[in-house]
Amino acid sequence: MKAAPRISRQGALFALIGLAGLALPLVQLRPNRIVPGEPLSLPAALGWPGWALALLLAAALLALLPARLPARAGLALAWPGALLSVLALGWAGAALIAPDAPLARVSPAAGFWLLLLAFALAAADALARLAPPLAWRWGLLLGTVLAGAAILSSGVLGDISVMREYQSRHDVFWREAGRHLLLAFGSLGLALALGLPLGVLVHQAPRLRGAVLGALNAVQTVPSLAMFGIMIPLFGWIAANVPGAAAAGVAGIGAFPALVALFLYSLLPVVSNMAVGLASVPQPVAEAAAGLGMTRAQRLWRVELPLALPVVLAAVRIVLVQNIGLTVIAGLIGGGGFGAFVFQGLNQTAMDLVLLGALPTIALALVAGVALGLLTAQAGPAPLERTAPA
Amino acid sequence: MTGRVALAAAALLLAAFLISPDSFAPLLEPLTRRGAPAIYTQTSLWSLTVSHLALVAGAVAASAVIAVGLGVLVTRDSGRDFLPLARMVTAVGQTLPPVAVLALAVPVLGFGDWPTLLALFLYGLLPIFENTLAGLTTLPPQVVEAARGMGMTPAQRLWRVELPLALPVILSGVRLSAVIALSTAAIGSTVAAHTLGEVIIAGLLSSNTAFVVQGGAVIATLALLIDAGFRAAEAAARSRAGG
Repeated sequence: MKAAPRISRQGALFALIGLAGLALPLVQLRPNRIVPGEPLSLPAALGWPGWALALLLAAALLALLPARLPARAGLALAWPGALLSVLALGWAGAALIAPDAPLARVSPAAGFWLLLLAFALAAADALARLAPPLAWRWGLLLGTVLAGAAILSSGVLGDISVMREYQSRHDVFWREAGRHLLLAFGSLGLALALGLPLGVLVHQAPRLRGAVLGALNAVQTVPSLAMFGIMIPLFGWIAANVPGAAAAGVAGIGAFPALVALFLYSLLPVVSNMAVGLASVPQPVAEAAAGLGMTRAQRLWRVELPLALPVVLAAVRIVLVQNIGLTVIAGLIGGGGFGAFVFQGLNQTAMDLVLLGALPTIALALVAGVALGLLTAQAGPAPLERTAPA
Repeated sequence: MTGRVALAAAALLLAAFLISPDSFAPLLEPLTRRGAPAIYTQTSLWSLTVSHLALVAGAVAASAVIAVGLGVLVTRDSGRDFLPLARMVTAVGQTLPPVAVLALAVPVLGFGDWPTLLALFLYGLLPIFENTLAGLTTLPPQVVEAARGMGMTPAQRLWRVELPLALPVILSGVRLSAVIALSTAAIGSTVAAHTLGEVIIAGLLSSNTAFVVQGGAVIATLALLIDAGFRAAEAAARSRAGG
């Protein structure tokens, strides 16, 4: 008989990452937004309250160690741990920025990201072991989003560099956010409007299948940078030379080219998953529906489409997550969205500005991915189908 | 068959273009305006292609080694505690946009090839790891039992039975990583990596459609060829594994 280990190895991993985070600098203090700065640990930034906070965080990390720790307890440690790390970051910012140095910047450093990673992994592990029911998972998602919004709007992080960038351009930020969502969701809507009927067609006329899916597959191989780039002259030409096109909103500049590029990338998952979903309807079910005297249209609407729904939702998830990421590239061709901040920041080597674009994109993609994953799980089991241009 | 002929033709065309881009100039000239050059000459297309492929190959090879290693670790008895976590991290990780990962690598590594290599490596881990898990956890139990019954050691079972059987699925993960990396590497040129994206960006900055088209066409052709190559390797591995 082997004695059961007293320390869980996952717990040891999380504690190790977190303690490394505490040992490394939590923040960087810089005289202004461009120059490199001075790394500071939590105690160095906050003095003795910093020591207390660091001890508290270390205690939470060590509490993750016992092998018999119930998943719920793990979650109960990880959640406040992550929250406390974020608050510590905000307090460090407030303590370090002197009122007479308005240009000084405090940005999160490696230590902060490691702490956050440790608690996020611990939460993920607890969730994976707990496998809570769907309603719980919706609640957790909603709670996390609300907590994030509360922290951001409370101003606790107001002295952190990314938030400084936000404050100096909050009008533009929300305009770009709206543009980002419009591009990601608009292209998804267009792809669904055209792709779902096309998927039904491909399913009912298998001879078309190879040609349609082959063409859409070829579209996916076009690198995103080139795809967005090609749309500008293409639609510029169409707007200039096709009568009525410009009046209909076709333009070579602005959001239109980006919308079309995203739409083209979205088609393959939608069409192929629609076709796969319909093909996966069990033969006896389809025959029973026919035996009930349903017409072909009735069978499609009442039997086959509802059964194909999970697979279609899986495609919606793929497309939405993919489009939220790809929309960043629209920023490079003047299409707007969070990418505008990313590329502007890269050009100015202003990393805070890069973060202002990259972090909301990541948050958006994560929330969209989790939410649609939950929706898909609610609709029933779905086979996997993945495609991913970058 | 027609597919193979088309691929061979594409490969020949690509080689011809890279060896002598100028002979394609008349084809691209209609896309230029006001006498702008039709062919990118700042850096030779050949050397950009080579460094683009080198970045992708280096990153994907590193991701493959690490991801398959991790996949093997968490499917052994001693590593199974990490399996649920590993699955969840992979699922969440794949929702992170590659462009954002690239942008976040810049503060850590500065401009140049390195942030691109890091982003490609990190992003490439996920599909390979996911497929390694899928391959190793869905082996027919009879086969694994039979290998055990034959007295194979765990290491022998892994190398002679489990990995060969999982190889087609693992390869399809590597294919996915390579195709994503090929496209993401182009974006790496926005942070000064030496890739074919440089040609596209030059085209965007100078409104020269010919540049955008040639950079895009070369990358897309490479993607098609690499995709086809991996699919052939998967088929070969599948028939060797007897399924």
